[in-house]
Amino acid sequence: MSNTVHVYDARADHATVTAESPLAYSFQRSGMPAPGEASGEESRAVIGERAFLGHLILRGGAIVLDEALREVLGIGLPGRPNSLTVDADGQRSVQWLSPDEWLLIVPGDETFGLETRLRAHLGGSHVAIVDVSAGQTLIELSGEAAHEVLMKSTVYDVDPHAFTVGKGVTTLFAKTSVILRRPDESRWELIVRRSFADYVYRWLLDAGAEYGIGVVREDRHESQ
Amino acid sequence: MFHIYCPYCEEHREEEEFHPKGQAHIARPEDPDACSDEAWGDYLFFRDNPRGIHHEMWLHAVGCRKFFNITRHTVSYEILETYKMGEQPTVGAEHLAREEKTAREGKTDSVQVAEGGQQAVGASDAALASVKGAQA
Amino acid sequence: MSQTAAQPNRLAQGGQVDRTQALTFTFNGHSYTGHPGDTLASALLANGVDLVNRSFKYSRPRGIVAAGAEEPNAVVQLGATEATQVPNVRATQQALYDGLVASSTNGWPDVQRDIMRWVGKLGSPFMPPGFYYKTFMAPASMWMTYEKYIRKTAGLGRSPTQPDPDIYDHMHRHCDLLVVGAGPAGLSAALTAARAGARVILCDEQETMGGSLLDTRETLDDRPAAHWLQATLAALAEYDNVTLLPRTTAHGYHDHHFVTLHERRTEHLGDSAPSRAGHRQSRSRLHRVRAGQVVLATGAHERPLVYANNDVPGNLLAGAVSTYIRRYGVVPGRKLVLSTSNDHAYRAALDWQEAGREVAAIVDARTAPEGDLVAQAKAAGIRVITGSAVIEAKGAQRVSSARVAAIDVDAFTVTGKVETLECDTIASSGGYSPVIHLASHTGARPVWSDDIIGFVPTTVAGVTAAGGAHGVYPLGEVLADGVEAGANAVTALGFATTVNDADLPRVAPRHEGPACALFQVPHEKATLRAPKQFVDLQNDVTAAAIEVATLEGFESIEHVKRYTAMGFGTDQGKLGNINGMAVAARCLGQSIPETGTTVFRPNYTPVTFGAVVGRHCRELFDPERYTPMQAWHVAQGAEFEDVGQWKRPWYYPRKRAGGELETMAEAVARECRAVREGVGILDASTLGKIDIQGPDAREFLGRIYTNKWQKLAPGRVRYGLMCGDDGMVMDDGTTSCLAENHFLMTTTTGNAAPVLEWLELWHQTEWPELDVYFTSVTDHWATMTVTGPEARKLLTDMTDIDLDREAFKFMDWREGHVAGVPARVFRISFTGELAFEINVQAHYAMHVWEALFERGKHFDLTPYGTETMHVLRAEKGFIIVGQDTDGSVTPEDLGMHWAIGYDKPFPWIGKRALTRSDTRRENRKQLVGLRPKDPSVVLEEGAQIVFDPNHAIPMPMVGHVTSSYYSPTLESGFALAVVKGGHQRMGESVYLPMADGRIHEADIVGTQFVDPQGERQHV
Repeated sequence: MSNTVHVYDARADHATVTAESPLAYSFQRSGMPAPGEASGEESRAVIGERAFLGHLILRGGAIVLDEALREVLGIGLPGRPNSLTVDADGQRSVQWLSPDEWLLIVPGDETFGLETRLRAHLGGSHVAIVDVSAGQTLIELSGEAAHEVLMKSTVYDVDPHAFTVGKGVTTLFAKTSVILRRPDESRWELIVRRSFADYVYRWLLDAGAEYGIGVVREDRHESQ
Repeated sequence: MFHIYCPYCEEHREEEEFHPKGQAHIARPEDPDACSDEAWGDYLFFRDNPRGIHHEMWLHAVGCRKFFNITRHTVSYEILETYKMGEQPTVGAEHLAREEKTAREGKTDSVQVAEGGQQAVGASDAALASVKGAQA
Repeated sequence: MSQTAAQPNRLAQGGQVDRTQALTFTFNGHSYTGHPGDTLASALLANGVDLVNRSFKYSRPRGIVAAGAEEPNAVVQLGATEATQVPNVRATQQALYDGLVASSTNGWPDVQRDIMRWVGKLGSPFMPPGFYYKTFMAPASMWMTYEKYIRKTAGLGRSPTQPDPDIYDHMHRHCDLLVVGAGPAGLSAALTAARAGARVILCDEQETMGGSLLDTRETLDDRPAAHWLQATLAALAEYDNVTLLPRTTAHGYHDHHFVTLHERRTEHLGDSAPSRAGHRQSRSRLHRVRAGQVVLATGAHERPLVYANNDVPGNLLAGAVSTYIRRYGVVPGRKLVLSTSNDHAYRAALDWQEAGREVAAIVDARTAPEGDLVAQAKAAGIRVITGSAVIEAKGAQRVSSARVAAIDVDAFTVTGKVETLECDTIASSGGYSPVIHLASHTGARPVWSDDIIGFVPTTVAGVTAAGGAHGVYPLGEVLADGVEAGANAVTALGFATTVNDADLPRVAPRHEGPACALFQVPHEKATLRAPKQFVDLQNDVTAAAIEVATLEGFESIEHVKRYTAMGFGTDQGKLGNINGMAVAARCLGQSIPETGTTVFRPNYTPVTFGAVVGRHCRELFDPERYTPMQAWHVAQGAEFEDVGQWKRPWYYPRKRAGGELETMAEAVARECRAVREGVGILDASTLGKIDIQGPDAREFLGRIYTNKWQKLAPGRVRYGLMCGDDGMVMDDGTTSCLAENHFLMTTTTGNAAPVLEWLELWHQTEWPELDVYFTSVTDHWATMTVTGPEARKLLTDMTDIDLDREAFKFMDWREGHVAGVPARVFRISFTGELAFEINVQAHYAMHVWEALFERGKHFDLTPYGTETMHVLRAEKGFIIVGQDTDGSVTPEDLGMHWAIGYDKPFPWIGKRALTRSDTRRENRKQLVGLRPKDPSVVLEEGAQIVFDPNHAIPMPMVGHVTSSYYSPTLESGFALAVVKGGHQRMGESVYLPMADGRIHEADIVGTQFVDPQGERQHV
């Protein structure tokens, strides 16, 4: 590890420290209608937060970063702009954000270890790795009307035939920005900035109302 | 509402994702201290406003956050090309002037060629002179 | 055939209405019935309602003229309750529903007894074109009075005064091909493209798709056209690459094939959108469509003929007569005269006669009409008068007869004796105008075609007009044109298409004779003396008005249009523009193409504000950004201030002994004292934070900031000023050296995104060779500022960081734990007091914040808001960029010479401009402090400053107040201000004349009011 950069594990021990996800306040304030609750019918759109994941921004040259990632994480950088690579068990992903910028999402407790190993592997290469885990959160959106909720929210073309699995873009969402991606056939992922998360959540509940949108709690969510 | 091809994202995106940043190819003088007040003022404040071809810098603000350039027709709003920072345009005033001259046969409302600046990128002096002549 | 008693004009059979169900509705206070499938217009006609409005200018009685979007008269106010009022609804486009309430928009006090009627009766000398300009011009001061009454008599509908109970929304769509109009051309274009696999959107403004197929007499594959229509719609619905949007008007064509569509989702269901499965649904929806290619299959509008009194109720378009009969089973009268210049309009007479009503005559301007429809009419025994036209309608509130005469079209004269034909309905047709509005929005100018006697659109690349929209009218050709347009469009996008003529339905061949070019019909009297011949019914523009305009010297059609108001308003010249141009051309002795055309602007038909706004209203109007401590602030009863999109606690009013809340002044005074005397805490999480990494990070900072960064050691923090290359201050903040190649920059709350963009701009465009990366970490780190003399004591037991003043100096940062959470703590101060800025990952912010308050009980830890922050920083002379600066202030103007590194090797951003003659001027406005002579005075921010209060007005203004507060510490008002040459004027008096006549006097002082030596922050 190079001492020219301050590498720092700012993650606290979740056993002794109360951590609040970016949407904690929103769930309390705006509620969490369970799927099917509002209309008595099946929700055609369902959202849920995947809180406390590790989000790392990687900046640098594609070749060195790709090599380091393959070595350390077993997955490489996506080869094309606006695309996404997901590992075999779907827990770790790398997304193209710009020609020299990628977003790496991993389980929260792997974050610091991964940064450390990447830095060790990258040695003196000019790269930047920045932990932004607490600055954003991931919202999953699924259901047969998911893309319609998105059509009401984003200018990007979200027709499932056009926005294929493995695609990921940074674009507008209502009056804020979002990283929008499709890791598999059934799910969309929205990565939103923490301070805007409440706005996005309220917008989603509103846009999804006509589809009987429901919110799944994380514990149930992960067991799906 | 423009539909803009981002040369970094390699696809068309909606205008709302972009910020216009004014005239392209305005280079900061290498040695500012050697500039006269007037030269520095020109660099800071003076921009072309042509009727016709304009090279503009845009930022893909809600997207890849890269700056790039657009060659745009200021009358039709047609975007003729976009290119990465550091690259030069392939479509210039010369190109369009030639096209329009052929099409118009003698009408006088023509593409303007700005005096100096980057407006003339890609155009030879002779071609510029001929365009100016056609306007007169 | 007979009719039901309640609806005298309703046929017993025919049309696409459901006679088994009755719908009750109210128009101008009277109750009527209609049926599902009716429009408001067809239901009114069925009930024999002739009078639907008063005209805009002359207040003449008006009836329904058309059956679609081009209707100029039947523009009504809709809404059963105050909250659901909608103005400007065309009755021809409003589906009937049970309980519908509508009224005329013009006519005061009511449509039957109209005060303005005399104006219409007395005729044109009273209201020439430019009437308002000429009559009400003087005295100018009276215009406001005139306007009130003119507005009232003009009507034009009104907005609701109560909140709209409905919601509206937007949907963003993308497609390969957008087809506008689902008539025969649009349907065949869409089907062709759908078969090729393209993503297709087909929209149509009517309740039912089909366009002309809904009322045509022609057959497809030897069956009524409705069969093919239903089969085609069913086929299109099967494609999952096709989106069908009925009741959806393409109202604006914007750049690069961006088209906005207005879908009326529930307007046909009721006054307000009914809820569905317990959810609100939007009343209407704006679709924002980005298309690869667009086919405009918008059809053509029939042109009425311009003859005398052509506005009396009972004058209709010929095509509208057919539509009402064939589609709605409504015959809008008893006895018809048809005046036409073409074959196609003959169908109105045939339909009329087949409906069992009498046709007095067909009056054809052509001397020898010879098409198949002409033959059919003759065979049906209808009298056909050739070489003639209706030159005048008679009747007051309904047509009573038509005056018919032989005319010479080219000479513009009446050549024969006038015959009066008794009738109650005159249908007219002067040919067809392609609906070129959307093509016109693209900026492409339409061109005149003598072949079709109309303007056809030119288009930009990627837009194709098909069928009637570019002057192709025979049904067989329209269908083929649609196929070709659809195929060409998707081929251009790379789809493979096979066009097979056998796919097209068979149309029985029909011979149509050529039409003649007739617009204004001559009258025995000259135009200026003849009874009014209306060109634009909605704006009450007559042929005489246009003639007057040309006589007064208006030659450009654009000027004629503005002088007469032709083509204005919601109508946008749909019926009148071509006739108006023809009249102008005749008066000017030139052709129509020489006269030009006016261009059409968006919107094609009105769009409600609700649809424009969508869900971006009320609580979703704009994002509200929250810090991780938002819930705590709300629970504490904080008042909030908007800072950009952030909600920041402004102050925290406490309950006083009596139970009442403190005033803002009381709360701020208490919060200020807490920080100066004890300890306070501020949620500073909104500050912009940028992580900067790379071997050239330090060099980059040196170029972007005005001061020096070469020697800032890890563990240290420095204040920096950022300028534009014009030398004007654009941001400030502290930047910490985290490691040799690693820095954390802070920006002002409002400038976080612009500063990051600024750094990227220079890196990407000028200095790409510098190895450095910037990443926003604003939202990742929560920041809490613990400040005041007791701050160290409060923190001592909560952290493993050595807080000793020597171990952890002012402008140092340290890493450790606070309340068990990994934290970076910065000893920087914006209050002038001992301060620790604690940064933790935002997940743990609330945990740490609450732990601080738990511990803070012993110190009366006081949360303070932005107002107190402002007072405290101003007492110290710390600027707020954007408040004390305005883009015209240099670091020198601020007196911050200490933050300018003129001798740095690289010519940093802003440096060169600081030596321009203008930035070196001695009388620049410079930042100073002001102490009002009267300590109880708090100067107004923005107040102008003068040196001599006795100077004659206008007084030379020499500066203004930028920040002003009451200081509980000083027990006095104080202010920061910019004053010309202020740095050289310490101790001088300045004056602030106020709007109420008072003049405040203040002394120019230094900017540091409290602890000028800056000792307290070092303790």
